[in-house]
Amino acid sequence: MKRIIRLKLNGRDREDAVSDNALLIDYLRETAAATSVKQGCDGGECGACTVLIDGQARPACITLAATCDGRAVETVEGLARDGRLSALQRAFHERLGVQCGFCTPGMIMAAEGLLRDNARPDEAAIRQALAGNLCRCTGYVKIIEAVQAAAEAQS
Amino acid sequence: MNAPLPDFSLARPQSADEAVAQRLAAPAARYLAGGTDLVVNMRRGLVDADLLIDLSGIDELATLSANESGLTIGAGVTLAALAADPALKTYPAIVQAANAVAGPGHRAAATLGGNLCLDTRCLYYNQSEWWRRSNDYCLKYKGDVCHVAPTGDKCRAAFSGDLAPALLVHDAEIEIAGPDGRRRLPLTELYRDDGAAYLALTPEELLVAVHLPAGSRHSAYEKVRLRGAIDFPLAGVAVAVTDDDPTPRLKVAVTGTNSRPFLIEGLDDLDAGQLGEAELVLIDKAVQKQVSPVRTTMVAGHYRRLAAARLARRLAAGLASA
Repeated sequence: MKRIIRLKLNGRDREDAVSDNALLIDYLRETAAATSVKQGCDGGECGACTVLIDGQARPACITLAATCDGRAVETVEGLARDGRLSALQRAFHERLGVQCGFCTPGMIMAAEGLLRDNARPDEAAIRQALAGNLCRCTGYVKIIEAVQAAAEAQS
Repeated sequence: MNAPLPDFSLARPQSADEAVAQRLAAPAARYLAGGTDLVVNMRRGLVDADLLIDLSGIDELATLSANESGLTIGAGVTLAALAADPALKTYPAIVQAANAVAGPGHRAAATLGGNLCLDTRCLYYNQSEWWRRSNDYCLKYKGDVCHVAPTGDKCRAAFSGDLAPALLVHDAEIEIAGPDGRRRLPLTELYRDDGAAYLALTPEELLVAVHLPAGSRHSAYEKVRLRGAIDFPLAGVAVAVTDDDPTPRLKVAVTGTNSRPFLIEGLDDLDAGQLGEAELVLIDKAVQKQVSPVRTTMVAGHYRRLAAARLARRLAAGLASA
């Protein structure tokens, strides 16, 4: 069965027909062209597909699109303003928090969710917030430094 | 290697009664809470359902309220909300257990009721369809043999929810909505020691709330797992010290080792205020004797038995000296 959902994606209202059994990740990538949302493990274990739903970081690959009706969904596509990277994106770039880049959109959205709740998180809070996001390249140190740098730059 | 989701419809009821009625009318339906386990299992072909009944629109289920008799926590309260709620400060094991589940993204979606009803897990069950097919399936689903205990006739899949033991040591009761109205029972009666039929509920029955008695109780929860996040317990233990006067008692409950979470028996005579080496050894031995972990994980059952016992001992010693 299909239904109409209305949601706010990266600040813009959208209205789309989705199947009841459509996953949020497929809706975002295939219908809304938000291809920053990466399919990693495809089973809710790696965090590469993390998006913000009403400000909370959630894995899109285990979320049904239909349950996002009326909600606000955010992806990395919504972070840059007028072609300029957000402070968090810039920090990931400058602090080498990105290597292959596959986990990066999910990492950034999880970190974005954290920084909105806690503008000056300590290292433990950052590790806790990113505990659901796996990275096979960096060893996490540079990612944590990037989030710390972004927090400092924003405050 | 995951298949697309099967074709199903989604219902979004506004009340528990409406949800039960929808479930009664659709024999192949399933209740959907946070979906962090059910959706994954559906991708692996483990669930046949033509209708999912999404519980997220039911206000009653999302409510947490306190009164003089204790706390009533709606089954739809998310684990993130539960862990952050100031009302849970006097139930530390529950906060610790909620924070020990998966990763933050899962806890923002996963619910208390979903964690209590979490499907049992096994190395031979939580696999893709092609993996299980090539292994002739198993007793829990579609097959005839339990690959863990081939000579037995019972599924040995392990209950792996983190919240249940923490709620058990705090004397939780649960409220169930069904076709004949509501009923309330101790949490321990929700479970059966059978991995393929681990819940003592009829298919239509819906867990709507958890009731916790008032009163402060020192408690703690800890789990052993392969990695520090996004992982189910190989063994999980909750311990609480009651405020019985004059002799505080010890309550110990385990998860991850059997097909049901349960309270360790035989500790009623211990004085939780006087825990010495002999008492700690007794706790250790009682846990070792009563848990029965088998090869449902990559980690050997024997290790999980010892780990559960040592966790119980360590948590009890920590609470006694606090």
